[in-house]
Amino acid sequence: MSTPSGVLVVGAGAAGLAVVEGLRRKGYRERITLLGEEAGLPYDRPPLSKQVLAGAWEAGRTQLRTRDVLDALDAEFLLGERASALDDATRTVRTASGRELKADAVVVATGLRARRLPGLTGPAGVHVLRTLDDATRLRGELLEARRVVVVGDGVLGAEIAATARLMGSEVTLTGPQAAPMRAQLGHEAAGLLAALHTGHGVRLRPDTLVEGLETSGGRVTGVRVAGGGTIPADLVVAAVGSTPATDWLAGSGLDLEDGVVCDSRCRAADGVYAAGDVARFHHEALGRSLRLENRTSATEQAMVVAANILGEDRPYSPVPYFWTDQLGVKIQVYGLPTPTATMHVVEGDPAQGRFVARYDDEGHPVAVLGWSMPKQARLHRQHLLDRYAPAPPPASAATQR
Amino acid sequence: MKITVDEEKCCGAGQCVLIAPEVFDQRDEDGIVVLLDAAPPADRHEGVRESADLCPAAAIHLHEDA
Repeated sequence: MSTPSGVLVVGAGAAGLAVVEGLRRKGYRERITLLGEEAGLPYDRPPLSKQVLAGAWEAGRTQLRTRDVLDALDAEFLLGERASALDDATRTVRTASGRELKADAVVVATGLRARRLPGLTGPAGVHVLRTLDDATRLRGELLEARRVVVVGDGVLGAEIAATARLMGSEVTLTGPQAAPMRAQLGHEAAGLLAALHTGHGVRLRPDTLVEGLETSGGRVTGVRVAGGGTIPADLVVAAVGSTPATDWLAGSGLDLEDGVVCDSRCRAADGVYAAGDVARFHHEALGRSLRLENRTSATEQAMVVAANILGEDRPYSPVPYFWTDQLGVKIQVYGLPTPTATMHVVEGDPAQGRFVARYDDEGHPVAVLGWSMPKQARLHRQHLLDRYAPAPPPASAATQR
Repeated sequence: MKITVDEEKCCGAGQCVLIAPEVFDQRDEDGIVVLLDAAPPADRHEGVRESADLCPAAAIHLHEDA
């Protein structure tokens, strides 16, 4: 494959920026354009629900790179400009303002949008959290709020509840699962997380479906739950998941199915790639398609895309990984705990608030969890390589030796 | 090349250690980055650059001219 004479990256978050950096680091000197919907410089999202919401960081601290570092990339940044259409055959992207951009290689890295449920939108005092602007708005109102209800018991909902509680509000965390983050942690560790939240005064309403909002004068006053009853609230955060930002790709010719469907090389069509939260790629070792909404995956996948654009032939076969910081505890998970896996502690002690656990399914390790033991958890990651990232090693690792 | 790390930003993911274990480590107690070699030899620069690009907290800063 010949080197493309120009690369267009759509989406200026962590994944998009990492594609640009990866290309330059590998010596690519042709034209690169980075198109981003938000007007500001690329920023990092994990701090939004934690440091930014809590006020520990100013918004500017989330910026991924300084202006100098971005300038040195010698790429054209088109920020505050939304992509509105792609023609995959000619690799032409149209933008909302009518611009037409064409490149030999196009990377889709448009990420996610917060899911907005019809029953959970409209009145004042109801928030979602996806962008830096969302976080700033939410923080402003959290400072005034007395009773906060977080709807959604996934990672983001649990983080927002934790942060809001530390800010002094009365907080209720509600969702359909038996315990927060049960899908990511399994029954036992989710139970520990529930106890952590309860111990800090977060009220949990598990196994609960939300039906809608109570309002007064255009402002939210409570959350109505199935089976009758209302949880009073003067601020509601809907953290009910996200959807891949692929609306602009309708009619593009790309296969869209809960994300941009790619092969194991993160290729969606000839000369079209996807990276980050939006990409549904074929994980060769697992033998199935996977879409990861993880911060580290965004950059790791972007590196693979950059390599493949330049003619390497690298499969993306990661050990999935995410972390979350809640109420003074740092939780890290490598791999994907299966519903039938059993968890057992391999280091430390849950009673002491520090441990590493391994999840086994049919005698094989499928995931590792660290609870305030980051380094030790990372050392156990090696037990997962057979399942997720079997040899041969990626080309970049091989050339370093 | 000279490396600096921002311990306040570091989230303890340990990605840098997976890529460049000769240059980075983590503290036993909280997983925060430990810089083993602030001015590594040239044959380690590529791994360090990859670590800096991959760091999920943008906590590794490189000064290539230094």
